[in-house]
Amino acid sequence: MLAFVLRRLAQAVVVMLVVGLIAFSLFRFVGDPVVFMLGQDATPEDRVRVTRMLGLDQPFYVQYASFVARAAQGEFGLSLRQIRPVSTLITERLPATLELSFVAAVFALGIGIPLGVYTALRRNSWLSHIFLAVSLIGVSLPTFLIGILLILVFAVVLGWLPSFGRGDTVDFGWWTSGFFTLSGLKALILPSITLGLFQMTLIQRLVRSEMLEVLRTDYIKFARARGLSDRTVHFGHALKNTLVPVITVTGLQLGAIIAFAIITETVFQWPGMGLLFIQAVTFADVPVMAAYLCLIALFFVTINLVVDLLYYAVDPRLRIDRAVAAN
Amino acid sequence: MKAALERFWDHDLAYSLRRSPVTLVALLLTLVCIGGAVFAPWLAPHDPFDLASLDLNDAFSPPAWTGSGAAKYPLGTDDQGRDVLSTIMYGARISLGVGVAAVAFALVLGVSLGLLSGYIGGRVDAFIMRVADIQLSFPAILIALLIDGVARVALPNEQHGNLAVPVLVLAIGVSGWVQYARTVRGSTLVEKSKEYVQAARVVGRSPLAIMLAHVLPNVTGPVLVIGTIHIATAIITEATLSFLGVGVPPTQPSLGTLIRIGNDFLFSGEWWITVFPGAALITLVLSVNLLGDWLRDALNPKLR
Repeated sequence: MLAFVLRRLAQAVVVMLVVGLIAFSLFRFVGDPVVFMLGQDATPEDRVRVTRMLGLDQPFYVQYASFVARAAQGEFGLSLRQIRPVSTLITERLPATLELSFVAAVFALGIGIPLGVYTALRRNSWLSHIFLAVSLIGVSLPTFLIGILLILVFAVVLGWLPSFGRGDTVDFGWWTSGFFTLSGLKALILPSITLGLFQMTLIQRLVRSEMLEVLRTDYIKFARARGLSDRTVHFGHALKNTLVPVITVTGLQLGAIIAFAIITETVFQWPGMGLLFIQAVTFADVPVMAAYLCLIALFFVTINLVVDLLYYAVDPRLRIDRAVAAN
Repeated sequence: MKAALERFWDHDLAYSLRRSPVTLVALLLTLVCIGGAVFAPWLAPHDPFDLASLDLNDAFSPPAWTGSGAAKYPLGTDDQGRDVLSTIMYGARISLGVGVAAVAFALVLGVSLGLLSGYIGGRVDAFIMRVADIQLSFPAILIALLIDGVARVALPNEQHGNLAVPVLVLAIGVSGWVQYARTVRGSTLVEKSKEYVQAARVVGRSPLAIMLAHVLPNVTGPVLVIGTIHIATAIITEATLSFLGVGVPPTQPSLGTLIRIGNDFLFSGEWWITVFPGAALITLVLSVNLLGDWLRDALNPKLR
């Protein structure tokens, strides 16, 4: 167990170091910071002095190490475009992205699981066929088009829901929340559907196929033979065993939701981290890009690590396989 | 010629195609999309990039059938007076071109790495597969976005305009090689132990020659199926990146760029500027996807 954890942890650290190296080389090779600070017509003495002050005369690995040390404390310098610390910008934007991703995940699970169960239990009803056809479209449509179509229907034609921004927010210290005002909640509806639709269809299809598989197994037949009600068999026995892979996939998809938030935030002008990143890319704002790169990698590495460990804890077969392989 | 056609008509694939009306429709739509895109310079009613022919007085003309539109512009015009139908045909050209080139790049990269990994084994194999594992834990679109974003920052402005399309192809290609590598590695491991490969080794052929001349032809089947489905994904990725404003430059608009441009006019009522490119993108992606699914099932011996 310990060896497994340590190996996964080491792999996570290597990934973070590689991402850090990419972020670092962005700083190092894009533009000359000395020219940036002093302007074109600085004296050579001034240049040498500033180069030494910034530590740019030191060997590559020393600079890289100090970059990693500062990045680990969340320090990425000033945004070139907004002249404010990158860490402040990110903490300002983080709540918006996390709230959106949370609602999208709840939507995906809350609708996806019931739909999956229904389409598995009533395989041949016409409603199941409709759900499956809709899910096929949901899988093949690009996220941004879904967002635009939703805006066209619900904001432009019907005028029911707002099409951009977060609405009114309430501040709790550094956390701003849109959960406590009507306009904030209304503003969440379209973006979270856009963001969660792909995951919803994924979960629906996964639950359906897993459930169909489980319903064929012997213990379900025995449960029926014991005279248990359909309800108990379906929800007590079948659904419970369906949920293990669903938990894994949902965990892994959490990272994908945060990443895909870039697209949804651009469509809905949602003031989150993704929009910040896209603007940084368009304006070549290197510190913001580097910080986002490291942060999103950290999210992914952590989520993958936790899911791996959970899987190991939940599924005893993995442990036995390893024990057998070790002997 | 006639004999060849007859042979094709009796072939398994053609038979399974005849049996599936949905696939036939998808095939037809794909052919229409590809035809419209490839022959855009001859088929399109206007040349949207010929600045001399543009007239700002024609801007925001609605589709022809709405009454206030002009018959000259069947699907209306955009903010610069460009014919929407023509921009879609030229845009699909770029979307398809980038999509196919990116898939070709991913295929070559993935197949080479998969062959190396499977045939050489050992540390090379462990390293390539570990990189593949790690890359697979990030969504492809995020990787493409990062590569494209980094290139955008790293290249000087004037160069970036010319290199935007190759960089995009590279970014989407690199984000998609893992699937090919894994499949090819798996089949290479199986082929490697077969007698014909051992015979080639005994005869003294070099490892490279064995990989290319003997193993490669026997592992390409599944790769082509993955490639077909991947084209749809690559087109979506390209459209998304262009929509985000980090894809192709605005001087060469793809379908994604057109949707981005049209998106600004959604609220003032000019819906056709964004809806028609969107519909074209959906049609293209959906029909390529359906074709890929059909090809996968038709070539899968287990399902026959």
